[in-house]
Amino acid sequence: MRRHVTAYGFLSAALVVFAVFSWWPIVRGVVLSFQQVNFVTSPDWVGWENFERLFADPLFAVAWRNTAYFTVLALVIGFGVPFLTAVVLNELRHAKGYFRLLVYLPVMLPPVVTALLWKWFYDPGPGLFNSVLRGLGLPTSQWLDSSSTSMISLVLVITWANMGSATLIYLAALQTIPGELYEAADLDGAGLFKKIWHVTIPQTKFVILMLLLLQVVATMQIFTEPFVMTGGGPEESTVTVLLLLYRYAFYYNDFGTASALSLILFAVLGVFSFLYLKITRKADA
Amino acid sequence: MKKSAAVLLGCVLVAGCGSGSTNDTAGGKVVVNINGQPPQTQAFDRKVFDEDVAEFENEHKDIDLVPHEGFMDPKTFSAKLAGGQLEDVFYVYFTDPAALIARKQAADLTSYVKDVKYYGDLKQELKDVFTADGKVYGLPTANYTMGLLYSRTNFTKAGLNPDSPPKTWDEVRAAAKKLKDAGVTGFAEYSKSNQGGWHFTTWMKSVGGDIARKDGDTFKADFNNDKGKEVLRRLKEMRWDDNSMGEKQLLEIGDVQNMMGAGQLGMYLAAPDNVAAIVNQFKGKYDDYGLAAIPGQQGTLLGGEGYMINPGASPEKIKAGLKWIQWKYLNPDRLETNLQKYKDRGQPVGLPIPPIADIWTGEPRKKQEELKGKYATMPVQNFQAYVDGSEQTKGTLEPPQAQQVYAILDTVVQAVLTNKDADHAALLKDAETKVNAVLAQVK
Repeated sequence: MRRHVTAYGFLSAALVVFAVFSWWPIVRGVVLSFQQVNFVTSPDWVGWENFERLFADPLFAVAWRNTAYFTVLALVIGFGVPFLTAVVLNELRHAKGYFRLLVYLPVMLPPVVTALLWKWFYDPGPGLFNSVLRGLGLPTSQWLDSSSTSMISLVLVITWANMGSATLIYLAALQTIPGELYEAADLDGAGLFKKIWHVTIPQTKFVILMLLLLQVVATMQIFTEPFVMTGGGPEESTVTVLLLLYRYAFYYNDFGTASALSLILFAVLGVFSFLYLKITRKADA
Repeated sequence: MKKSAAVLLGCVLVAGCGSGSTNDTAGGKVVVNINGQPPQTQAFDRKVFDEDVAEFENEHKDIDLVPHEGFMDPKTFSAKLAGGQLEDVFYVYFTDPAALIARKQAADLTSYVKDVKYYGDLKQELKDVFTADGKVYGLPTANYTMGLLYSRTNFTKAGLNPDSPPKTWDEVRAAAKKLKDAGVTGFAEYSKSNQGGWHFTTWMKSVGGDIARKDGDTFKADFNNDKGKEVLRRLKEMRWDDNSMGEKQLLEIGDVQNMMGAGQLGMYLAAPDNVAAIVNQFKGKYDDYGLAAIPGQQGTLLGGEGYMINPGASPEKIKAGLKWIQWKYLNPDRLETNLQKYKDRGQPVGLPIPPIADIWTGEPRKKQEELKGKYATMPVQNFQAYVDGSEQTKGTLEPPQAQQVYAILDTVVQAVLTNKDADHAALLKDAETKVNAVLAQVK
């Protein structure tokens, strides 16, 4: 009984913290979605008005389209690159620790520092990339300053900044694959790509799927990089859902509509989180 | 990313935690929380502020001022108000009052301002910023109309006469070309964080246009016309035909100030407070900069600052708060003492910024001009073109729902500056539709 009391004591502290800092704000967010507030007088209940305002805002569709585009790009680039990097790292015989550190190093930089650093890399004038391209006699790019290249430029930044963690997780999964499987594949005359296709990928598919879903959830919340690097421009090409939410809340002080948007995002991400839970439970079973 | 989402959601949600002003009295004194205290890094301004607080409290034994560092941050304003953390007397930019009044987030001061000394001598257009439906909600304390800030050093380097800055947009274009040939960016313009829309508004006013016009009881967008096309054409010519605006775009105020402070820029549109900011931040010299009136001079955008009072403040706090604002910021009787203090401590006197705020008419204005000449410690002639031009150029206010309108207009400016083949007519038409949708919400 005494042990139970201690256990419940620890549990209750966690529950209180969750209730105050996670669950209660979520409930308040849902309530605020149906209110107009000025924080002086009593809130006005406005029904679905905040949602209607959102749906009438041309930027709403733009923000979702941009976010979806970003997510697809982030998956194509940001999903494949860490996996291939992990495969390469796994094959290394020398300086393993050095290369692992090198790949992980960008994760340790604060996101805003990374964004400001890359902002300079992308400067179409004296920036690093265009200087190198000019030096090699190659055509330069407008990078963030063009609506056609701005989003992919952001994806490159985020891939560089975040691939370290995913690479290490893949690497850990790769190292659990029994060596006999590769030996058997060798005996069957399989080359490198056949080994990856028939051994590596099937053996790591649960990890791949889990990271894929986690990455969808994370990339749909993209905010820091467009906020710092482009402010949503040029021509609204990098306005994401979270950036639009931020504008409603902190530029227009319309917390009701901002909360309505956060509720919609919450629902969409909830679907992916549900899938993630189902898959991890299946893996556990 | 997850973290930023959580922070955002938290910021949005934490805003529902109660409201009101702080305790009214302590030891028989009215306690008034005030902001506008400069940060420690601005040692001189901080010292003056703290000395003023002490002097005011000494003269007003029944008032206890509690100073708070900082000015207006729209991002935290609502959360502070909701959490009961908003000061009783709070600083605002001219961009803020209209929205705060509409949301009832500032106290009605109408019945109190009659007791504010010199209120009648303030410029009417500045008082209008804080007035709605005949009710007064705040007091203006500084006024910066937009002008053309230029580098005298780079002008000389480019073979331009720094004593004769451009007066028209054609002259700006010609000067920008020469500056580019001298190896610096000729002219820079903002196009990010709503600042592109803010400056587009200034451009429109400078050529005699505007962003919104009153149409019966509502407002309508007023930039999809020849004036709007003229502004975009001029931007395009400098950006793409002359290449005098540099390669890098999506700039905001900090980027442009950095360029100017680093000696890489010729000109940009700015209010006089930018001169002091650049000189202080880059340890520059006032001699190196000049300020001219807005090119075109058909009109300019009024900017500035002032103070409003917490809607939860008691009548005693409101009266005490107004006493402080008048004593500190609207006090021609203390002007000479202040100027002497600035001069004695080696601070610049002569720019049209506090302590010489461009807010007065009548006798206070006359007195201020006399004292400015007497105490000037800097080359006032470098800024005379601005002062003279601003006298003749009508300053007008920002459009309703300014931030939302500016966000839409940002896109227009971005398109022109980043896309050589941008369709100006289509951009203006699209922005007009969106701005009209925003203006339709104005009640």
